[in-house]
Amino acid sequence: MIEVNHLTKTYGNHNAITDLTFQIEEGKIYGLLGPNGAGKSTTMNIMTGCLAPTSGSVTIDGLDIYEDAMEAKKKIGYLPELPPVYLNLTPLEYLTFVAKAKGVKRSEIKDQVAYAIAATRLENYSKRLIKNLSKGYRQRVGVAQALIGNPQIIILDEPTVGLDPLQIIEIRDLIRDLGKNHTVILSSHILSEVRSVCDHLIIIAKGKLVANDTPENLERIFAAKSTVSIVVDGTQADCEKALSSIENLGPVLYTRNSDSTTTAVISIAPDYDINKKIFFAFSKAQKPILSMTNSHVTLEDVFLELTTEKESFGQPEAADPQAESILEPATSESGRSVAETEEHHQ
Amino acid sequence: MKAIFQNELRTYFSTVIGYAYIAVMLLGVAFFCGNINLSSTPLVNFEVVLSYMTFILLILVPILTMRTFAEERKQKTDQLLYSLPLSMTEIVMGKFFAMLLVILIPLVVICIYPLLLGMYGQVPYGTVYSTLFAFFLLGACLGSIGLFISSLSESMVLAAVLSIVASLLIYYMSSLAISISTSALSSLIAFSIAILLLGVVMRILTKSTPISLLFTAVCECVLVGAYLLWENHFVGLFASVVKSLSVFERFYTFVRGQFDLSNIVFFLSVTVIFLFMTVQSLEKRRWNG
Repeated sequence: MIEVNHLTKTYGNHNAITDLTFQIEEGKIYGLLGPNGAGKSTTMNIMTGCLAPTSGSVTIDGLDIYEDAMEAKKKIGYLPELPPVYLNLTPLEYLTFVAKAKGVKRSEIKDQVAYAIAATRLENYSKRLIKNLSKGYRQRVGVAQALIGNPQIIILDEPTVGLDPLQIIEIRDLIRDLGKNHTVILSSHILSEVRSVCDHLIIIAKGKLVANDTPENLERIFAAKSTVSIVVDGTQADCEKALSSIENLGPVLYTRNSDSTTTAVISIAPDYDINKKIFFAFSKAQKPILSMTNSHVTLEDVFLELTTEKESFGQPEAADPQAESILEPATSESGRSVAETEEHHQ
Repeated sequence: MKAIFQNELRTYFSTVIGYAYIAVMLLGVAFFCGNINLSSTPLVNFEVVLSYMTFILLILVPILTMRTFAEERKQKTDQLLYSLPLSMTEIVMGKFFAMLLVILIPLVVICIYPLLLGMYGQVPYGTVYSTLFAFFLLGACLGSIGLFISSLSESMVLAAVLSIVASLLIYYMSSLAISISTSALSSLIAFSIAILLLGVVMRILTKSTPISLLFTAVCECVLVGAYLLWENHFVGLFASVVKSLSVFERFYTFVRGQFDLSNIVFFLSVTVIFLFMTVQSLEKRRWNG
């Protein structure tokens, strides 16, 4: 549906995005994710023809966004970072203008505008001047504008920024609805927001692609860093002895506590029913487990890791679009710190 | 293009700008008409009124055009324009025609005045109406310059000030040029300063030092070469070149009763050149973000 090929955009000496390549398939909801300044808006602006890339190309259904701009742009509805609304118009006037400018047939303009207003629940506000509407409603007008012309692809740049929690939920529902009939791409720097609606995540950091997979896959790959933390009434040697009977265990970190107990943080493989085995192993050794806590790596951790730690480890090959090859579990050190923060939450 | 045109027109009249333009134009014409055509020693030449109006036109048109692109950019609505399935030429032409229509409205009203004057005296209708037509073309020229300057700026106040300065420069450049001595050497110096200024403007617009330097150097070389070959021709040349470039000087030939087709072609060319530059400036912004 959309092919982004080796996109690079340079401002002066600064690379906003570097060699970005990914595909967008029909009928899915995509989340373009990255911290502020990662190049999300630049990417979206290029995909919609608002900005020219320094090199690389974007094709929409085989149509180049530059060579066949007129046809390609008809397939896209775009909500930029700030809703591009004319403050001196009412939503009704504004959407009618957009419909005419998008070349919607005269007979269909009224229906299209009515549909867009209904979909964004603007009925009660359609005759007020946009300058008198709140940020949330301006945002909705912006989304409504993207729906005009019934484009196959809808691209929304941070659609929920500046909205209150209720509005965020409404926009999220709207996006989910849109996903039934359109291919939707939305950007965000907040993971939880994207996670609940997106079928597929594209994560970029500092202008480079760091991951391109479904949320479930990303979590599964990273779940290798899940841990079980146990407190045992015994020494490290007791624990080592008990654990030696269990297969497929990752590295274990021991801490000697002041009250003659030992804390062991055991790295475990994903989908591995380990808790029972640990329980029986220690019960057989007559060493009581005083507490057992499981911690799982959340998508948030994956996101943080991909967008920050890779940088500090100085691994430029993180730009490799093949997600799997990048997503090797990080060192046990960082795995432990993740687990610890998890515990604090609990 | 039609949608842009309609929207632009609505903006002119949903703000005070459109009404203010029409009102001030009509007021100005009424004032000069009262003082010239209807004074105690009446003069039937309505075209003189229009020649006085050029100064008001050059102040008003920049105010009409200041908003067009500068405000779109400031409100980020230019993002919408870029993402619409419209070419940049269509967008610029839509805005240009809307501006042209606003300029035309008071002129249509003014069309009646000579007819009214004709009831009381001999009005040279040919001269009057050809001057009115030239006045409209002059408005189109100044408007396209204003659109271009608006496309360069993000602040509409800056756009208005720059456009007015540019228009004033064009307005006064022929009288300034005449004040320069007519000797061949002073012509040469004036031309070389003009080329340097052009080079500076080019540097500001293209942000490319080598191209601007090359352009300036080549032009200066050609200039000096031409001076060495045909020194005699340089006597008074600068003044006459400037005079022929001034849209206002071209306009005054209509006031004097000459209907010269070349002047109309000149007006149209200036308009088209600046509209083309506006399209280029907007396209360039797509590259620089």
